[in-house]
Amino acid sequence: MPAQSIWTLLSWGPEGWSDDIAYGALVTIALALATLPIGLTIGFFVAWAKQSEEPSLRLAANIYTTVFRGLPELVTLFLFFFGMPILLQYIIRLFKPEATIDVDSFIAGMIVLSLIFSSYASEVFLSAFRAIPKGQYEGGYAIGLSKWLTMRKVILPQLLRIAFPGLENCWLSLLKDTALVSVVNLAETLRNAGVAARVTKHSFLFYSVAALVFLVLAILSSIATGLILRSLGRREAR
Amino acid sequence: MSAADAIAVERPPPPARGWPRIRIVGHALVGLWMLFGLGILAYLIYAWNGEFFARYAPAYLQGLGTTLALVAISMVVGAILSLPVTYGRMSKDRFLSGLAYCYVYFFRGTPLLVQVYLVYYGVGSFRVQLESVGMWWFFRDAFNCGVFAFALNTAAYQAEILRGAIESVPRGQWEGAASLGLHKLQTLRKVILPQAIIVALRPYGNELVLMIKASAIVAIITVYDLMGNAKLAYAKSFDFQAYVWVAIVYLVMVEILRHGVEWIERRITIHLHR
Repeated sequence: MPAQSIWTLLSWGPEGWSDDIAYGALVTIALALATLPIGLTIGFFVAWAKQSEEPSLRLAANIYTTVFRGLPELVTLFLFFFGMPILLQYIIRLFKPEATIDVDSFIAGMIVLSLIFSSYASEVFLSAFRAIPKGQYEGGYAIGLSKWLTMRKVILPQLLRIAFPGLENCWLSLLKDTALVSVVNLAETLRNAGVAARVTKHSFLFYSVAALVFLVLAILSSIATGLILRSLGRREAR
Repeated sequence: MSAADAIAVERPPPPARGWPRIRIVGHALVGLWMLFGLGILAYLIYAWNGEFFARYAPAYLQGLGTTLALVAISMVVGAILSLPVTYGRMSKDRFLSGLAYCYVYFFRGTPLLVQVYLVYYGVGSFRVQLESVGMWWFFRDAFNCGVFAFALNTAAYQAEILRGAIESVPRGQWEGAASLGLHKLQTLRKVILPQAIIVALRPYGNELVLMIKASAIVAIITVYDLMGNAKLAYAKSFDFQAYVWVAIVYLVMVEILRHGVEWIERRITIHLHR
């Protein structure tokens, strides 16, 4: 192999690897952003179940968080990535023999990350729920709002504001957890950097680049959350 | 009328426990979980394979030992490394605190998997240079690389835990000790740390749980820990129960630890409960 300078390796285009890693970074962002709404929704409902007065609902929600916070992320990922096709195939074969199933690693990653993210987010939502005084609900009911409307118009706006810093942490760990999906061959940042490292034998360089990409994503997210937090604060002050 | 009677009289009637929608949903969800658990159980019984068990159970046990050793060594080394980092983070020296901040930011801002790759493949690619300084024997072994990366990583997290705990002790405690004539180190050991440890225990416990969970990723760099052995068993037998068993072991381990930490916390805060 001809000795290539580092700058050629890092250039944009067929000679360099920057474009591949940038594409990987986009996949990382897409995966994290696709997971976020699902995880937030599930997390909210799990937290809501955890603070309800119905014991069976609390039990079900607690089992959920115990399982998905207790299992290593990698084990959950492997369970889904290898287990889902077996299960789906088994079910589908009942109706349609000869069918084969292949699980897309993006979808598998999205499902697994949603499960993990939601179980952590539910803890954040739960403590936010506890920070809201009971009078807020009672006030809502007293002016004739239904349960659902009280939740949406009275509780949720306060809840999001209280939960925001905790959710920021969850988002940052979600961003880092996306790297695990590279193990099941999703072409995201780490995977593409790994391919570059293997082809060029410059492992340290390309894994450093991958680390840098994640650092930049973390810095960008903290800037973004800072802006959101400031606008939230301004609304509160008014 | 005694006080007890008055309370008894004023108590509202118990609410009727019918079957509102929320209760039906709750029971349905619990039922779903039970079904899921029974499904796993049925699967394990159905897939029970004496040969598989006899062949891989010792490997799993050995893998469990590797996992525990990895986590224990990295936690201890990380705890030692976290001391200078904490010192740097809390120092007034701009340069020192900046350096410590960068260290912590790097290790908390990048995925552990990237750090592990950086050590195992990245540092490992400098074989000639490492051999010349006589460090190659260390980085040749995947287990050592895992420990190296994990220790550096947990040092960053532990430094933040320690800093938070020390800063949670009010300034007055420092000042009080200083006015009694204790010097800095004595103050830290006799006054600050006993109070800080109570605050730090839970985060330390969480960090330990996180480390045990994270240790599964060393399986990717060919360390035969618990997960590594599960991967091997799956690759050899194509039997999915390899992963189910490993999930159960991890779950049990994490639950035991979590409850253990809660128990210790209850014990050491006994004097705070009135």
